[in-house]
Amino acid sequence: MPGVQADKKQPPAAPSRPAPSVHVRGLRAFYGRAERVKGIDLDLPANEVTAIIGPSGCGKSTMIRCINRLHEEIAGARSEGRVLLDSVNIYDPAVDVIAVRRAIGMVFQRPNPFPAMSIFDNVAAGPRLSGVRRERLRQRVQDALESAGLWHEVHDRLSQPALALSGGQQQRLCIARALAVEPEVILMDEPCSALDPTATLRIEELLDDLKSRVTIAIVTHNMQQAARVADRTAFLLDGELIEVGPTQEIFTTPRDRRTEDYVTGKFG
Amino acid sequence: MLLCPAMAHAETTATEADLRQIGRSGGGLRRMADRFGDRALLGLTALASLAAVALIALVIDRVVAGSMPSISKFGLGFLWHTTWNPSLSSGVRDSNVFGAGVLVYGTLVTSAIALLIAVPLGIAIGVYLSMLSSGRLAAVIGPLVELLASVPSVIIGLWGIVVLAPFLHSTIEPALHSALGWTAIFGEPGTTGLGIFNAGVVLSIMVLPIIAAITRDLFLNVPRELKEGALALGATRWEMIRTVVLHSTRSGIIAATILGLARALGEAIAVTQTIGAGTAIKASLFANGDTLGSRIAEQFIGAVSKLQVSSLFYCALILLVMELMANIGAQLIAGRYARLQGAVR
Ligand SMILES: Nc1ncnc2c1ncn2[C@@H]1O[C@H](COP(=O)(O)OP(=O)(O)O)[C@@H](O)[C@H]1O
Ligand SMILES: [Mg+2]
Repeated sequence: MPGVQADKKQPPAAPSRPAPSVHVRGLRAFYGRAERVKGIDLDLPANEVTAIIGPSGCGKSTMIRCINRLHEEIAGARSEGRVLLDSVNIYDPAVDVIAVRRAIGMVFQRPNPFPAMSIFDNVAAGPRLSGVRRERLRQRVQDALESAGLWHEVHDRLSQPALALSGGQQQRLCIARALAVEPEVILMDEPCSALDPTATLRIEELLDDLKSRVTIAIVTHNMQQAARVADRTAFLLDGELIEVGPTQEIFTTPRDRRTEDYVTGKFG
Repeated sequence: MLLCPAMAHAETTATEADLRQIGRSGGGLRRMADRFGDRALLGLTALASLAAVALIALVIDRVVAGSMPSISKFGLGFLWHTTWNPSLSSGVRDSNVFGAGVLVYGTLVTSAIALLIAVPLGIAIGVYLSMLSSGRLAAVIGPLVELLASVPSVIIGLWGIVVLAPFLHSTIEPALHSALGWTAIFGEPGTTGLGIFNAGVVLSIMVLPIIAAITRDLFLNVPRELKEGALALGATRWEMIRTVVLHSTRSGIIAATILGLARALGEAIAVTQTIGAGTAIKASLFANGDTLGSRIAEQFIGAVSKLQVSSLFYCALILLVMELMANIGAQLIAGRYARLQGAVR
C-alpha cells in the first residue's frame, strides 16, 4: 500500500505531492451492541481539509477513529464497512494495521505528549519504531518540528521534557510527532478545543501549509474554525451523515433543514 | 376534610418538621452529641497514629539498647567479620566472638535472587493483567495472584523443602552447573537442594504478588490517550508498552521493586527452612548460607550468652536500618512518581 516505505525522505520545501484520498463506505461502528455510527459514506479528497461538524456525542470521534483503525482498540468496540485509502481497503485482512496507522496519523483532542520524554524523543518516537537512526533521525525530527511551526521555539532545548511546553506548543509537538512518521493522511479530533485563541490560530495556519502534503480531516465543534480552514465540511447527526459539500455551501446554502439549524446555532 | 391537604403535603411537612426540630432542644442535644463525637473521633484517630509512631520509636530504642554491648565490643567490623561462635568454653579459638558478615552476605544475595526472578515475572503478570488479558480473565487471575501474598510464609517454606529442594537438586542445579559452572556462582550442586539459591527462589514467590499487583495498577493508571498516542504512531502493542507504559511508570516500578526488596530482606522463617544454616561465605549459590532475619529466628530463644543475645540484637538493628532505607527510598521515588503523574493529568 502507498506510503508504507517510511524512509522516503521529504525535502522540506517540496512542491505539493499528491496525497491519497480517503473513501469511507457503509461505515458502521459499535460499542458493544450500541450502534454509534450508522452507515456513513464520506470522501476525504486528496490534499484537502475536510471538516467534520456536529453536536457533541453524534459520533464524530468514533467515525474518524475508524479511519486509522483505533476504534477497534477499545474493548468491545467493532466496526463494519470499508475505508479505502485510494483503492486499498484498510480493513482488508491482508492489510497490516501498523502500516495503516503509519500512513494515517492522528492528533488528539487533548495534547498527549509522552511524559518523562524529551521534546526530541517525543518527535523521534515514531521514526524510531521504523528503524530510523542517528543523523537521519535528527533530520527527520527537525523537519517535523519545522513543519509544525515549532522548530524556532524549541531548537535550543530539544532535550527538555515535553511537559515543560505550553498547551499550544504541546499540541504542535503532537502534530510534529505525527508528521515525523511521514503519514499521507492526518486525522485531527478537535485539536484546538483545549487551546487559547492564539494557539488555535497558529494551528489553523499550519493546516494550510500541511495540506500541500497530506489529506486532512479535522473534527471541530467550532463553526468559525470549520469555515476558516476547511475546503469541505461534513455534518453528522446521531451517527449519520446528514450533508457534505464545499464549506461555503454548507454554511450559506445548506440543502438539509437540520444542517441549517445546526450551523445557525439553533441547536448543538 | 382538613386532613386531606395535610396528607397531600405529608412529605414536605415532614421535612419542615425536621428542620424545625433541629432548632429546638432535641436538635441542640444532637448537635452537642455530634460535636462531642467529632472531638472523640479526632482524639481517637490521632491517638492511634501517635501510638504507631511511638511503637516504632520503642522498637528502635529497644533494638539499639539491646545491641549496645555487641556494638561496643565488635564495632562496625561486625558487619563484615564472618566468625559467629557462641561457644563459651575458653579452649575454643574465637569463642564468644560474633560477626554478621555471612548473614549480611546471605541477606543481600537471597534478596537479589528473589528480585531477579520476581521483578521480570511480576512485571509480565502486571502487563498481562492490565493490558493484554480479556477483562473477565483478569478478574479471575488478578485476585488469585494477590491470594498468593496471603499464603503464610511457613507454608511456602515447607513447599521449598518438600517440592522445590528435590527439584532444584535433581534438575535445575545440575543444568545451571553444566551450562554456567565456569562462573563459580553455579558450583557443584549441593546434597539436598537446600541453600542460598533455594531460599532466593522461595523469597521470589513472596515478592512476586507485590510486584505483580503494584505494576498492574501502575499500568492501568497510564492514561488511555497516551497508549492510543503510541498506537496511532504505528506502534505494536509491545512497542506501545515499552515506549510509553514502562517508560512513564519507571519510578513506580522502581518503588515496587524496593517494596519487594523490603519484603525479601526481612523474611525469616521461610529462609530458615530452606537456606540450610550455613556458617561461611561460599562462591556457589548452591551452598548453604544464612541471613540476618533467619539467624535471629534460629538462635534468640536458645542464646547462651549475653553477648550472643546482644549480637542478635545487632543483627536486628542492621536489618532494621536496611528496611528503613528501602522504605524511605520507595516513598521518595513514589512521591516523585505521583508528581509526574500529576503533571500528565
Ligand atoms: N468508549 C465508549 N464506550 C461506549 N460508548 C462510547 C464510547 N465512546 C463514545 N461512546 C458513545 O458513542 C457516541 C458517539 O461518541 P463520540 O464519537 O465520542 O461523539 P463526538 O466525538 O461526536 O462527540 C456517544 O453516544 C458516546 O456516548
Ligand atoms: Mg469527540
